[in-house]
Amino acid sequence: MCAAHSCAAHPTKAGSIVSVVDQKAVELPPRISEAGVADYFALLKPRVMSLVIFTALVGLMIAPGHVHPVLGFIAILCIAVGAGASGALNMALEGDIDVLMSRTANRPIPRGRITRGEAMGFGLTLSFFSVMTLGTLVNWYAGGLLAFTIFFYVVIYTMGLKRRTAQNIVIGGAAGALPPVVAWAAATGSLSVEPLLLFLIIFFWTPPHFWALALFRSDDYARAGVPMLPVVAGPDATRLQILLYTIVLVAIAAAPWPLGYFDWIYGVTSLILGAGMLVLAIEVYRHRTGSQALRATRRLFAFSIFYLFALFAVLLLDVVAKAVAPLIW
Amino acid sequence: MDSNDKPEGDRIVLTEAQKKRRRERSIAIAWALGVLVLLFFAVTFIKGPGVLVRPV
Repeated sequence: MCAAHSCAAHPTKAGSIVSVVDQKAVELPPRISEAGVADYFALLKPRVMSLVIFTALVGLMIAPGHVHPVLGFIAILCIAVGAGASGALNMALEGDIDVLMSRTANRPIPRGRITRGEAMGFGLTLSFFSVMTLGTLVNWYAGGLLAFTIFFYVVIYTMGLKRRTAQNIVIGGAAGALPPVVAWAAATGSLSVEPLLLFLIIFFWTPPHFWALALFRSDDYARAGVPMLPVVAGPDATRLQILLYTIVLVAIAAAPWPLGYFDWIYGVTSLILGAGMLVLAIEVYRHRTGSQALRATRRLFAFSIFYLFALFAVLLLDVVAKAVAPLIW
Repeated sequence: MDSNDKPEGDRIVLTEAQKKRRRERSIAIAWALGVLVLLFFAVTFIKGPGVLVRPV
């Protein structure tokens, strides 16, 4: 029997045209979702979201002036939900390649728990509510920036860059770097140099972080046809790029200290952590084959996560220490 | 013929697992909406009743 969409009608011997589609026979039973709350939560990319929440919290805390705790909470919540919405939309658009990669094959869409349409609806709904709530309750400057962040991640990165260029995560990294900027805007209603420094740190952190991952997952990306740098330019070129971006990252991360934006505690910590990043990036550059090469890339990937958390944690601790010190002394 | 008039065999009968998941999803949506209402209510106390009146 032919499919309903391909032969809805054809000529009979008598020359008349009659429908041969037995509607009842081709009608598929409606799909009844068995997706639970946990499946929808997984669409939000909770691990990515935790980094977004943390960097946004730092952006909010280092901003000058007083933010009412409830408004601060709402700002962080909206940024987190907006980031989650971006993740859901990303998964909806990448369901076809997620199923081909071992790293993503367990996501709710490849497993058949949630359809791409359901994920799209979920992501769009959360995007709308997160932007409108942030704009209405906090300020529209922050709301507009959050909308731009979601747009950048979904349209520019996921739909535009990801499958077209090896520079996908370099340019797309801007979306991941914006949460502290949005949080600063939520706190102050404006922008300044400090949140842009935070933006630059995350922006230049993204390539070494993701290319380290791409080095030991390059088979995955090649199978899915995603032009990550190791797939397109080869592992050696990627190792050199990782090293170069790490040098730039370490310099940019330390710059706020001599420029006078963050104090010496931050400066010294950033140099120590930066030295760690550099050593691991050099290891990745040196070891190009075998288990040593694999171990080096995995170590750089893991340390890069710690690096960003620790760098931002120092800024947070500095703010907390300055707030608490007058109460103690 | 109204769908309610269908004979029992033609109706979609949810399995227990589907019913359970649907109930879980409904409760999660209710919680989310409840939190949203509470947030707006709390902000009216912080910013005053003119929270929604602002220059564009």
